[in-house]
Amino acid sequence: MALPFSTEDLSIYYGEYQAVKNISMSFPAQSVTALIGPSGCGKSTFLRSLNRMNDEIAGSRTTGHIWMDGIDLTASSTDVIKLRQRIGMVWQRPNPFFKSIYENIAFGPRYYGTKNRKQLDEIVESSLRKAALWDEVKDRLKESALSLSGGQQQRLCIARALSVTPQILLLDEPASALDPVSTGKVEELISELKDELRIVIVTHNMQQAARVSNYTAYFYLGKLMEHGETDTIFTNPTQQSTQDYIMGRFG
Amino acid sequence: MEQSNTTPREARRRAWPMEKHRVEDWIGRIYTSICVVFLIAVIISIVYFVTSKGVATFAVNGVSLKEFFLGTNWNPQADTPSFGALPFITGSFMVTLLAALIASPLSISAALFMTEIVPSFGKRILQPAIELLSGIPSVVYGFIGLSVIVPFLREHVGGQGIGIGAGALVLSIMILPTITSVAADALASLPRGLREASYALGATRWQTIYRVVLPTVMPALLTGIVLGMARAFGEALAVQMVIGNSPHIPTSLLESASTLTSVITLGMGNTAMGSIQNNALWSMALVLMLMTFVFVLIIRLLERRNRL
Repeated sequence: MALPFSTEDLSIYYGEYQAVKNISMSFPAQSVTALIGPSGCGKSTFLRSLNRMNDEIAGSRTTGHIWMDGIDLTASSTDVIKLRQRIGMVWQRPNPFFKSIYENIAFGPRYYGTKNRKQLDEIVESSLRKAALWDEVKDRLKESALSLSGGQQQRLCIARALSVTPQILLLDEPASALDPVSTGKVEELISELKDELRIVIVTHNMQQAARVSNYTAYFYLGKLMEHGETDTIFTNPTQQSTQDYIMGRFG
Repeated sequence: MEQSNTTPREARRRAWPMEKHRVEDWIGRIYTSICVVFLIAVIISIVYFVTSKGVATFAVNGVSLKEFFLGTNWNPQADTPSFGALPFITGSFMVTLLAALIASPLSISAALFMTEIVPSFGKRILQPAIELLSGIPSVVYGFIGLSVIVPFLREHVGGQGIGIGAGALVLSIMILPTITSVAADALASLPRGLREASYALGATRWQTIYRVVLPTVMPALLTGIVLGMARAFGEALAVQMVIGNSPHIPTSLLESASTLTSVITLGMGNTAMGSIQNNALWSMALVLMLMTFVFVLIIRLLERRNRL
């Protein structure tokens, strides 16, 4: 039985400005949910709020609830550190640490009690395998992560996020800074990973949303306009605005 | 037929006449070239002058290198003068290292506070305030050292108050802004994504600073420390005011001592140009200059490492 994960009436403010407006939606298990919408529609802000990364932004404020396994993640009593171990995140620009490939992956697990070298080796290998990077880097684990190509760096960041075995993975335009081949690899990876965890992905690429996601949510001006199965949203949207955006008429 | 008489050069001139913007380009290029030549000439002259004077002690006056660098007795005015500069060399290194030891943790912590903990307040108010500190003339630092630090040490720690300890304290305050500014700039220039990635893995702020931020900016921090040390090593006035200026190797932090710079400033006026006493001071200036080169070299190497 997978854990329920949903938001209820979630709003996010930057100062007086309400960037995300009263959003209630759920993220089904073993599936990919794509968040689409024009720039500034609040989808990235919404995504960042799901593991409370917005806490790090001065002046941001959240109301409403995020439910995970019956726990309200927005409650101030929630341990943000523990929460972020369960909800991983990958950004648009690859952001490897200025360390070796091995150390990038081992960074997270070290905090959770694993000092054992053998165990760490296993985590590094399995994380890199899951991110389909192992074969490319297994002989150069000690080299700097910055020596990798952009696409490899991004898969390294995905592997790093997977190293702490999260239940949910948040991807903020993970392929928009990559070349087509690397994009293909990342998309493939997303499809494989969804059997193990829930994935929420923000993307500006309609084809990508159609290719990788099971569910799609269309955001506009901070509101959730439409949310449903990807096939339905792309072939038969109920809202005119969704259709216009998908057809590329604005945004 | 006339066309065939034009040389290629004339043809080119006809195609691209000397228009205003091209003339401007030329004037700018010539002017900047002159400035560069002037700068290079100044640098070469200084290096040549200091080197020739400094080497004269050994080449002309016959003082042995061994005596100068290892001798502990400095008495140039005596009938049988001795030129052991080791006390001053050790004095310079001691105050410099001590100042760096005191100032580095303070500066780096201050820079961390400014950039990681209160970034907006830090950038708007703290950093300009710290940069202001670096503009205060060294004589003011020396004066404060003489009227605050020296009496404090005398009353609460012991001895005369003057000495290596007082010199190192004054210098550490002087180099605080240098190290802090360099460290704060380096921290602020880190990609924001690095911290986010660490937070997203469940690291706390302290873990993020300790395990991600500091190791990443370490070469830049070292650059700041070396810059500070270069400043401390070359500082004359403030040190001279509080160090006591006695020519021997101190055995305690509260003992009066001298540095290369303080001996030069005190001795320059009392010696005749060209005399052995004067040349010996130039030799110390040469040591100072070479040390500065070493500092610059270290900074260059660190910067190269930083880029990788």
